Amino acid sequence: MKANCWYGKKDVRVEEVPDPEIINMNDAIVRITSTAICGSDLHLYNGFVPAMEKGDILGHEFMGEVVEVGPSVKRLQMGDRVVVPFPIACGQCFFCEKGLFSLCENSNPNSVLAEKMWGHSPAGVYGYSHLLGGFAGGQAEFARVPFADVNPIKIESSLTDEQVLFLSDILPTGYMAAENCEIEPGDTVAVWGCGPVGQFAIKSAFLLGAEQVIGIDQVPERLDMAQRNTGAEVINCSDVDSVIETLKDMTGGRGPDRCIDAVGLEADGHAHGFQYAYDRFKQSVMSETDRPIALREAILSCRNGGTVSVPGVYGGFIDKVPFGSVMNRSLTIKTGQTHVQRYMRPLLEMIEKGEIDPSFVVTHRLPLEEAAKGYAMFNDKEDHCVKIVLKPAA
Amino acid sequence: MKDNGSNNGKELQLACGLGWFSIGLGLAEVLAPGAVAHLTGLPPRRGLLRLFGFREIATGLAIFSQRRPVEGLWARVAGDVLDLAVLASAYGSRKTNPTKITASIAAVAGVTALDVYCGQAIHSNPDAMQGVQRVRETLTINDTAENLYNFWHQFENLPGFMTHLKSVTKIGENRWHWVAKGPARTSVEWDAEIVAHRPNEFISWRSLEGSDVYTVGTVHFERAHGGRGTIIRVEMEYAPPAGALGATVAKLFGEAPQKQVPVDLRRFKQLMETGEVLRTDGQPSGRPGNRRSKIDLMLQH
Repeated sequence: MKANCWYGKKDVRVEEVPDPEIINMNDAIVRITSTAICGSDLHLYNGFVPAMEKGDILGHEFMGEVVEVGPSVKRLQMGDRVVVPFPIACGQCFFCEKGLFSLCENSNPNSVLAEKMWGHSPAGVYGYSHLLGGFAGGQAEFARVPFADVNPIKIESSLTDEQVLFLSDILPTGYMAAENCEIEPGDTVAVWGCGPVGQFAIKSAFLLGAEQVIGIDQVPERLDMAQRNTGAEVINCSDVDSVIETLKDMTGGRGPDRCIDAVGLEADGHAHGFQYAYDRFKQSVMSETDRPIALREAILSCRNGGTVSVPGVYGGFIDKVPFGSVMNRSLTIKTGQTHVQRYMRPLLEMIEKGEIDPSFVVTHRLPLEEAAKGYAMFNDKEDHCVKIVLKPAA
Repeated sequence: MKDNGSNNGKELQLACGLGWFSIGLGLAEVLAPGAVAHLTGLPPRRGLLRLFGFREIATGLAIFSQRRPVEGLWARVAGDVLDLAVLASAYGSRKTNPTKITASIAAVAGVTALDVYCGQAIHSNPDAMQGVQRVRETLTINDTAENLYNFWHQFENLPGFMTHLKSVTKIGENRWHWVAKGPARTSVEWDAEIVAHRPNEFISWRSLEGSDVYTVGTVHFERAHGGRGTIIRVEMEYAPPAGALGATVAKLFGEAPQKQVPVDLRRFKQLMETGEVLRTDGQPSGRPGNRRSKIDLMLQH
């Protein structure tokens, strides 16, 4: 089959590789009909995630048709149309029983490595380094899906791929980011980053009762998209002297009640001159792995006693985070890889009822063979690129 | 909670490090005596330096070749004294660079202190002399103590999650024949017996007197608070067939118990909770010949 493989920094290529096979009794094989490039794939593309190996198949947002099931699989059958959640969960361990699926204790065969880096290990994830299990990803014609009875959700309605594909990651991720805010009536929510996750976080914040939502970005078309599709107010951080002061101004001096960092470790922040140069330098000499520019700003902007929710991906160590501000002002920080399996059913119902149509974020559709072009375009935000869906040949 | 590589393990590691240091320095002295003289500030007496080089190599090999590295370490201490004497005599000479000589004396004195510490520590610790390694590991499993105990008590089941074991076969009442993978495709075999057990609480086993491998192990099963399953605690002691050298070789080839036991227990948990051990070998990749990931191989084997 054809698969998009990682070969190094800014080097991904679609290569001919063997077809996946059933390895465990609970596996299924899915023929992929649609797969997307995630903003977090760009962290792999730019070489910020350790424990990648040349030849690793990328991709953790995918859906398709079940073409083979292992002998222990009971719930899925050949021909079922499914969306696959990005974290792999066993359904049996302490964390799966608590609904904390992205913390599954049994799905990362390399958990001892993750324990060395992070203290304890999270779940395995498709196509996201050997730290998270080294599972072959879904930017391919076929993928192997472990614990098939627990993970994929069946799509039985006639919704299009683009309406349901994002149940695999970014829609639940935006939703959990807003849910983590514990929004109260009258709240203002500020969202740093109006990429696909930011767009869904804004939409979800409104659905969960926010009165006002403010999107912050420096890419005009992303701010336009947020205004058009979600009803958010926006701040272009390149146009203002200080995001913190602008937010104070927009919230009667108090600051947003809830702040969401949907940017993560590669904050661009050219509008942040010195601060950006400082973090860029520290990353280049390996004294910091992640650039927490959005996180710092979210913390300092948040109102006293408010919540900072972090769906943006961080991998290692960050520097100069104003923790004194968090402590002295009673802030709550909530974060985590998304427990996708917990949100798929209720979000699918909302899509079926027409309360949300996630397909609005899609700006580009490419054949799988053009994955490399897609990565470059998405990374450089060329051609107003916000979200790319890859289509393996039919 | 972990106690991988107890104290004697660390000292053994240090001894191996000093062994490699000896061999490296020795090779430098034999192959490039001029450069060594220049670096240390000694007068360029190539013959003497070569001689010292051979001595270093011999002591380095002695550390590795012995079941007890302690003699090799004392030989190193004697050599260090000799080195210090030569450096001290060169200090007064007009032909030498006093700054370099002082630095060299300080460096040799530091290594001497390490050699003495390591020699004493291993000398006073009989376990280390045998190359005994200890491992402790604790894990919580979402299952009853009864199920876990019964599964473990059938030692034939162990190779299902301990991948370094080829087989365990019952050979008598409470006696089992173990076959494990050794370094470089060899195998290691021994007989062991259950020495004590209490249903649903613990099992202890040890290798029979006179086996090539010395191994003692206990697994405890303990109810976790709040209905959160069972805590298992494994403690094992293990001495590989060729003592210290065997342990070093085993480490190089990834067959070290400190590394294996944590991975094996995580596999045991997977097996008991989900019914199988989750594998990634055999999945596709863009590597030539669909070669397996080096990281996966290193961690999972």
